[in-house]
Amino acid sequence: MTLAGRLKAPGWSRAALSQPIGFLVALGVVVGVRALYGYDPLVDWDAIITVVLIALPLAFLVGIGCFDYWFRWASGAPTVPEDHSGHGARSWKDYFYVNTDHKVIGIQYIVTTFFFFIAGGLMAMVMRAELAQPGTQFVEPNTYNGLFSVHASLMIFLFIIPVFAGIANYVIPLMIGAPDMAFPRLNALSFWMLPTAGILMLASFFADGGAFATGWTAYAPLSTETPLGQTFFTIAVQFAGASSIATALNFLVTIITMRAPGMTFWRMPLLVWANFTTSLLVVIATPFIAGSQFFVLLDRSLGTNFFNVGANGDALMYQHVFWFYSHPAVYIMMLPGFGIVSEVISANARKPVFGYRMMAFSLMAIVVLGFTVWAHHMFVSGMFSWLRVPMMITTMLIAVPTGIKIFSWLATLWRGVIHLTTPMLFALGFITMFTLGGISGIMLAVIPVVIHVSDTYFVVAHIHYVLFGGSVFTIFAGIYHWFPKMTGRMYDESLGKLHFWLSFVFFNLTFGPMHLVGVDGMPRRVADYAEQFATMNVIISVSSFLFGLSFLVFLYNMVTSWRNGPKAAANPWRAHTLEWQVSSPPPIFNFDEVPTVVGGPYEYGVPGAVHGVFKEKRGAAVPAGGGGAPPPAE
Amino acid sequence: MKGHPLARMVLYSVIATIVGTVLVLVIDWFPTGASTAAGPIDRLYDVLLVPSVVIFVLVMTVVIYCAVKFRAKPGDLGDGAPIHGSTRLEIFWVTVPFIMVTALAVYGWVVLDDIEAKQPNTLIVGVRAQQFAWRFTYPDEGDLKTNQLVLPKDRPVEFRVTTNDVLHSFWVPQFRLKTDTVPGLTTKIRVTPNREGRYDVVCAELCGIGHSTMRQAVRVVAPGEYSAWSAQAKKQQKTVGGETPPEPE
Ligand code: HEM
Ligand SMILES: [Cu+2]
Ligand SMILES: [Cu+2]
Repeated sequence: MTLAGRLKAPGWSRAALSQPIGFLVALGVVVGVRALYGYDPLVDWDAIITVVLIALPLAFLVGIGCFDYWFRWASGAPTVPEDHSGHGARSWKDYFYVNTDHKVIGIQYIVTTFFFFIAGGLMAMVMRAELAQPGTQFVEPNTYNGLFSVHASLMIFLFIIPVFAGIANYVIPLMIGAPDMAFPRLNALSFWMLPTAGILMLASFFADGGAFATGWTAYAPLSTETPLGQTFFTIAVQFAGASSIATALNFLVTIITMRAPGMTFWRMPLLVWANFTTSLLVVIATPFIAGSQFFVLLDRSLGTNFFNVGANGDALMYQHVFWFYSHPAVYIMMLPGFGIVSEVISANARKPVFGYRMMAFSLMAIVVLGFTVWAHHMFVSGMFSWLRVPMMITTMLIAVPTGIKIFSWLATLWRGVIHLTTPMLFALGFITMFTLGGISGIMLAVIPVVIHVSDTYFVVAHIHYVLFGGSVFTIFAGIYHWFPKMTGRMYDESLGKLHFWLSFVFFNLTFGPMHLVGVDGMPRRVADYAEQFATMNVIISVSSFLFGLSFLVFLYNMVTSWRNGPKAAANPWRAHTLEWQVSSPPPIFNFDEVPTVVGGPYEYGVPGAVHGVFKEKRGAAVPAGGGGAPPPAE
Repeated sequence: MKGHPLARMVLYSVIATIVGTVLVLVIDWFPTGASTAAGPIDRLYDVLLVPSVVIFVLVMTVVIYCAVKFRAKPGDLGDGAPIHGSTRLEIFWVTVPFIMVTALAVYGWVVLDDIEAKQPNTLIVGVRAQQFAWRFTYPDEGDLKTNQLVLPKDRPVEFRVTTNDVLHSFWVPQFRLKTDTVPGLTTKIRVTPNREGRYDVVCAELCGIGHSTMRQAVRVVAPGEYSAWSAQAKKQQKTVGGETPPEPE
């Protein structure tokens, strides 16, 4: 292709060209506006960079080709008919271009988010090196504050939330018997917004004054006063949030309208239920964090006074708005994992999920209750004190639906025929570690206790028990479980088990002792600490390095197995759900024949029970609630 | 060990529960208490630990028991028992946790009311945070301003906490009490120190570069010693105009 041709076609050349153009536009806007208002100096780099940070990602998205179809359509130009030639990936290079196939997008999501997981993990290693001894050894306090802020933000916004979206992207359409997601182009846009958000966060280290250093919570008014790095965070969150919302809408529409004939709501696998409820949470809650970060951005760059007390702003308001998203967000980071674990446990225990309907109802209950507890993060914030006790009670009540899930999984194990595969080990590890995280969660709801332990290492321990022992263990379970489906190859089982045991042991050695130092008085988010905590901290640091190394086992296993693992059968786990009834990896449009669902997804042990059958049944009566699967959207 | 496998599991879990309970209660979790709030809070924490151990051990034993007892024999491609649920069991594990958490919440509420109760003869102390230091005022002592916090033993204190800049959090681990400092607000906490000694005032809310070193001291002294200190501090404030009275011995 000629250079001009390449610069006109969507792709990396055009994306590269888009960047200087985006920069010049941003520069022009800022200088122009300042000239109009007669501001001095005309060239204010803080202002320019703020606008550049918005312009460059947008320009990139245009350049790489996310908007081509829509632009053409909106301008009345003839649209390029979708001939599906770009569907699927023929070589690894195809993963670097805009693609509308949900299976390609799923893998793009997963690989990208693991890249940020590694980046965030390396930052954790640097932090633990610094914390191994009291005093300052490796990084200055400002850098340390930047490290834990970027670590946490990457882990939350660029790993846990989107990796679940990635797994679901791959699996959900297959599970419900659909050829793709409802809005494939929106799906592609959702994915491509993510790397821009992550790169903004990483790039903040190069900003004047260092990376954003106010934690992933970015409390005002510290966040409205700190140097430029903070702006990277506020804008990155907008892109990550927009990506989340768009994907969630896509899941909702896909799940509601594109289920195979016969798949009633009560025949949906629990992973589908989990993503349905998660998507509800995302759509309702995410606009709140977008709002909170816009307020911060406006305070920082346009001189508004949302949080400026001196001008009748309200500093506490930030926390209310922030947690109105960020508490539901902890369920956004957990419900998809619940779904994965239900799939893995039933397939590996060869039993129906115990109390299937209660499992679905408890997800719904968590969605509703999840919106009534945000202020449990603010028990010592100085907010109006009457709100504390009601929020303590609602918070503790969430233990009930969560308990239902734990006990139902245990009952699913009971009298099963249990295969301790790697995903199963991670699922069982999840149940035990998440129980511990839930227990410390209950303690963090009891106000008199939390008055002492809030903002201590007890909280850091709790966070990591629910997010690492909880969410990340389910992510590992899911990745191992669907690895054969996604890659068409088997992973190495012994390496998988080694990975599990190393993770399980060093996870506990790293984060268990943090409960102790926390209650004993070590505050969180500190680059330095009192001498009395030195022994514990060196133990924690050494364990954390070994924990970090255990990840290499996973990485090695994934890379080598993907390249030359043994070929996987269509259904290595003998599972009933639809994604296992097609080849590994699945055909380009998922189902050469439209499946019809005739029973529940987990009828293990029921003689003759099947979930789906492949018989073309055009025009046949569709049971209530089961929408037909339309052809791929144009 | 002979007997029914289920009985064996129950036995193991009872033993594990007892060992676990003893262990978590033996651990010296908290720093030495130095206020009247420490007793009730530490006790509440201990009470929370007991059901926690029970639940954790229960989950652990069922997982381990199932993984061992129901593990597939090599080559076994059979399925488990097609049990879809049990309404009785589900009602049971909805109600029992419900009652448990409700009871714990009520207990927590009672302790909260107890530690926050108003006391007569309260000494008011103003606390003002600023990146990255604490300053104190004693309105009852002729508006004494100082960077030292000295408190008489056994007299209730009400801290009125505020900040010059961003959020901080005023925390004395030995007192068990903490409150954020919020621009534009004065937050209050009550505490009755009951043990003489020197403790750290720790900032517990991220407040910028110096956050981790924003530590100062609080001294709890005998009432007589306190009066002597405040008298001298007031005198010094008047004559020298300085803000830093000497430390009590
Ligand atoms: C080997 C693995 C990990 C280690 C050693 C580690 C270590 C740390 C450390 C040292 C901090 C700073 C604590 C502080 O200064 O207060 C931190 C914070 C945090 N980490 Fe990790 N981390 C790991 C993995 C993860 C993962 C997988 C997640 C989530 C998915 C995660 C989520 C967080 C969050 C949300 C915070 C913020 C806590 C706060 O706001 O104070 N971490 N981690
Ligand atoms: Cu919460
Ligand atoms: Cu601080």
